[in-house]
Amino acid sequence: MKIPQVSVFVSNRPGRLQAVCRSLADAGVNLLSLTLADSGEFGLIRLIVSDSEKAVEVLSKAGLTATITDVVACPVEAKAGGLADLLSTAVGNQQIDYMYAFPASSKAGKDIMILRFQDTDAAIKALEASNFKAISKEELLG
Amino acid sequence: MRSTAWNDEENKVLPEMALDFMPEEQLRELQLQRLRATVKLAYEKVPLFRQRMDEKGVKPEDIKTLKDIAKVPFTMKKDLRDTYPYGLFAVDLSEVVRLHASSGTTGKPIVVGYTKEDMEVWASVIKRGLLACGFRSTDIVQNFFGYGLFTGGLGIHGGFEALGATIVPISGGNTERQVMLMKDFGVTALAGTPSYFLRIMDVAEKMGISIRDLGVKRAMFGAEPWSDGMRDYIEEKTGIKCYDIYGLSEIVGPGVGCECECRDGMHIFEDHFYPEIVDPETLEPLPDGEEGELVLSTLSKRAMPILRYRTRDITAIEKTRCKCGRTIRRIRRIGRRTDDMIILRGVNVFPSQIETALLRAEKILPNYLIVLDTKNNMDTLEVKIEVTREMMSDSMGAMEKLNKKFKQSIEQILGVSVIVTLCEPDSLPKSEGKAKRVLDNRKRM
Repeated sequence: MKIPQVSVFVSNRPGRLQAVCRSLADAGVNLLSLTLADSGEFGLIRLIVSDSEKAVEVLSKAGLTATITDVVACPVEAKAGGLADLLSTAVGNQQIDYMYAFPASSKAGKDIMILRFQDTDAAIKALEASNFKAISKEELLG
Repeated sequence: MRSTAWNDEENKVLPEMALDFMPEEQLRELQLQRLRATVKLAYEKVPLFRQRMDEKGVKPEDIKTLKDIAKVPFTMKKDLRDTYPYGLFAVDLSEVVRLHASSGTTGKPIVVGYTKEDMEVWASVIKRGLLACGFRSTDIVQNFFGYGLFTGGLGIHGGFEALGATIVPISGGNTERQVMLMKDFGVTALAGTPSYFLRIMDVAEKMGISIRDLGVKRAMFGAEPWSDGMRDYIEEKTGIKCYDIYGLSEIVGPGVGCECECRDGMHIFEDHFYPEIVDPETLEPLPDGEEGELVLSTLSKRAMPILRYRTRDITAIEKTRCKCGRTIRRIRRIGRRTDDMIILRGVNVFPSQIETALLRAEKILPNYLIVLDTKNNMDTLEVKIEVTREMMSDSMGAMEKLNKKFKQSIEQILGVSVIVTLCEPDSLPKSEGKAKRVLDNRKRM
């Protein structure tokens, strides 16, 4: 199950994150997750939002470059070895471009990992063959 | 159907084009005749020209052959500035029907004036250029050169009007409206700066409109140097055939020269403008075929004759006749100007080289700005490149790789180390006329 993630290119200077959040807020787009990657001069803001298409449109209008890519959300046990267990399956052999943990567990006893695979379809197949399950955006919303 | 002469559309040589095909001997005779008259007018009516020629001991009668033009002193942009506003006018102001001026970003603007005949000549040379590139009276043309004091907008307007085309005088700016009218008005031809057209392409894409599917067939671009790579890029993306028109306000504005359907150099309308190439260092005239600075003299202008104006444009006059058969000579397209040249740590750098590098690296042409600075007593060159959606990736590694690819490509072409910074769209100055490509923050000694 793929989840659309919005990535925004921003210059690495004060006020840019604010500009992104304000534009989305004014358009009534709700943020489900946010993570930042940075490299000296620029950064990438990665967001899972209530309405991805709308978010890209709003951000383009605000003069920002944004794209949508697919990620996979997978709950793991909120205990020592939870993530290690997931990566011990065939999923661990997939090329992972980056991953981040969903802040606080929305489901009791579970942390949610967001993973960006190089080959999303192959990764989902690997997940299906394991005991782990990718969840939808609706499930993520709780 | 618009009325045109009954057989004009079928003929290769239209009556208005005949001057482009004048026998060479006759053309040289006409040039000499007009040059002598122009030198005489300038000497008699303009104190600056008289003083300069007197200093060199040159009299108008000394111009006996075209080669004698080398005796005449050069004119520089500074001369136009120093005589602001009307110091170089050779006629009474009552005869002047139009004034144009530069923006004056580097001090006092320069002012140019035209008599009624000057205006007619101006429109006629542009019309000849348009005809040579396949524009016709049936065209609906969107002119997004800036209207106003700038010679581009109203100059090109006059040329299209003389051609009899339907003009949409939209000027620069309001890019969404540009796209809308292009579609709604059934525009078939464009005129403007190529850098602004790139912006229009961008906005059209965001609006979900494919320019390729509109009825635009031809574009006349000018007022700034643009590379062959940029032409290929625009043509591949839009299917619009792009042509180059050359000119500068000091001489007349756009229409000093123009490409033809062969697109193998720009024909100078030699019956009105006399081209020379000189060595920019020694100022010695160079033979046809050799590259140097283009020097232009007006041959028919009355309000403001200009003798041997140093254009700062680097080009060569082609030795061979164009395949189209025109006898008026061609200059190579302008890629470089001596005053655009950046000297960085002893190496000559031209903004157009950055364009070539970007196209070579990724086959894209994003908006860019060259920023020069001094850090630890060293001059640095930074190229800021706007990230578009087609360049963007959600992977940091891919973005860093892109940055590195641009850097390598630029360094390979320039031969100096540069800093490449990817930045947000809209963070660089946007072109609505001539593109601003260089910001020089260097500390001068």
